[in-house]
Amino acid sequence: MTPMLAVRDLHFNYGRTPILGGVSFEVEEGELCGLFGPNGCGKTTLFKCCLNFLKFHKGTVTMDGKDIKDLGVESMAKIVAYVPQEHKPPFPYLTREVVLMGRTPRLKGIFKISKADKEKASDALDLLGLTEIADRPYNQLSGGQRQMVLMARAIAQETPLMFLDEPTSALDFSNQIRIWRIMQMVAKRGVTILACSHDPNHVSWFCDKVVVMKDNCILKEGSPHNVITEAVLNDIYRDVCAVRNIGEARMVLPRDVALKNDAWPEKQLGTERTLVD
Amino acid sequence: MTELTGKTDLWERLGFDQEFGFSEIHKILILLALLALLAITVGVAITFGAYNISVFDVYGIVMAHVSPFGDLSGITRLHNTIVWELRIPRVLLAVLVGTALATAGAVFQGCFRNPLVEPFILGVSSGAAFGAALGIVFVDLFLSIQFSAFLFGSLAVAMAYFLAHVRNETPIVTLILSGVVIGSIFEAMVSILKYTASDAALREIVFWLMGGFYYATWNDVYLLVPIIAPSFLIMWALGWKLNILSMGDEEARALGVNPEKYKLVLIVLATLITSLAVSTVGIIAWVGLMMPHATRMILGPDHRYVIPAAAMLGGSYLLVCDTLARTLTSAEIPVGIITSILGAPYLFYLLRTRGSAILG
Repeated sequence: MTPMLAVRDLHFNYGRTPILGGVSFEVEEGELCGLFGPNGCGKTTLFKCCLNFLKFHKGTVTMDGKDIKDLGVESMAKIVAYVPQEHKPPFPYLTREVVLMGRTPRLKGIFKISKADKEKASDALDLLGLTEIADRPYNQLSGGQRQMVLMARAIAQETPLMFLDEPTSALDFSNQIRIWRIMQMVAKRGVTILACSHDPNHVSWFCDKVVVMKDNCILKEGSPHNVITEAVLNDIYRDVCAVRNIGEARMVLPRDVALKNDAWPEKQLGTERTLVD
Repeated sequence: MTELTGKTDLWERLGFDQEFGFSEIHKILILLALLALLAITVGVAITFGAYNISVFDVYGIVMAHVSPFGDLSGITRLHNTIVWELRIPRVLLAVLVGTALATAGAVFQGCFRNPLVEPFILGVSSGAAFGAALGIVFVDLFLSIQFSAFLFGSLAVAMAYFLAHVRNETPIVTLILSGVVIGSIFEAMVSILKYTASDAALREIVFWLMGGFYYATWNDVYLLVPIIAPSFLIMWALGWKLNILSMGDEEARALGVNPEKYKLVLIVLATLITSLAVSTVGIIAWVGLMMPHATRMILGPDHRYVIPAAAMLGGSYLLVCDTLARTLTSAEIPVGIITSILGAPYLFYLLRTRGSAILG
């Protein structure tokens, strides 16, 4: 089976500064893949190259078996949806209008927007529980709400592939979990998702696969269990993290917190602890 | 009852159904109301004038020209000339120019993602002024004042745009600054031309710069309609794409709208009609900035509605202003003065009362 997203030997420079130096990885259909890495490692550039926002110098990106260099803007938008980090547009579009914008690649005709398209937008609003704020101006919502709206827009776009740029960065704890659950649900329906995130716990709990970047290259890729380890985290964050298992769940902690915790007597803690290498 | 349901069906079949909360009926009705407002304004404006002609005579003259059974026999030559050769082309020209400026304003604001951009902020007016002045001073080199005004108006916008275009991005602040820079360069060049021009040419340049519809003729109408009408229709048809473009280049791309391609089309058309309007009647401020704002307050920011509504509102507004300009006093007031006096306080009021809703 050909992978849904395949990046091979991708190179990109800003002027003479290399940003991506031979990045290769694959994401299978229906997989929820987390892209993880420190600030400035090239995640955003990788995203922009994959989405054809930036022209890369060397390498190939194939989506659904098609080389993206051969795809026009319109056909690209039918394959991949993009959820940017939240921002304020200059005009007070209503939330439902913003979600309806996701239907743009599939709109026919000039003025009229079909009932089916409006229904799809309405369904996406329902799915994320945004119906109550559907008639409020998008640029007056809170950052977290805006991020949910952008997610709904991507769902309304109905693409087999979805890219999310730090989808939970502006959300409160419960909404973060909710967004990850929604991404899992969307992935179960067969949509392939690549989401970049700065939270090692999130990628290890919710993703099917994790790609870790460091210094413009892929450091490690594979299942979260094999990738989010103390060794990898120490490699990218220089001895800040410790990884502990609490029963089935894996927890990434700041090292000092973990050490303090380790010093506690076993029975007082009441949980099984194992050191993970 | 059946009649009512029948109507609903019709609306639904036209795609303007209320379902899923996307209500569009009231927006369509507002568009129709604005069209009616424009028609009434035109109807009233042609009856006003320095020379007192009765309403019946005015419409008698209009009917005589428009209907195939028209009869000019009962009408004096003077009245006919005043109504048909002076007033009506002037009224139509005011509507056309108002429409053009307001449409261009809405499109510029959407493309540049800034509700405070107006067609002139990028230097179209200064460029067009320079082009017109060149055309006036060097009559032999430039066949038509309009053409050279259009040429330099477009050139100014292109220069401002490329000056601000760095690394595939066009930051708003840079764009506005480069518009100011380009504008002042062209203004300086207009000053050079004024300084060196002969008395007659200088007089003509000054008149041109003040703006106004004094010399409106049918020829102007014939020239503007075939350019402004299709440009307007194309921009209206791109209304939804303009919504997407106003979200930013990367998002537009991700939503399947090529920002370079569509922005180019829209900016070229908006510049085309602005330059044409400016080259025909001179510089008239505020219409292009204010009408899109007023429209967004009534209809929301969806450009599918903003563009036609701003156009009709712009046509009505400029026509009201021009009618005031030619009737308030015995001597004519330059129309730009009236649009500014009415417009500036209105925008101030908007910013103080609904600033957050409009500017986000």
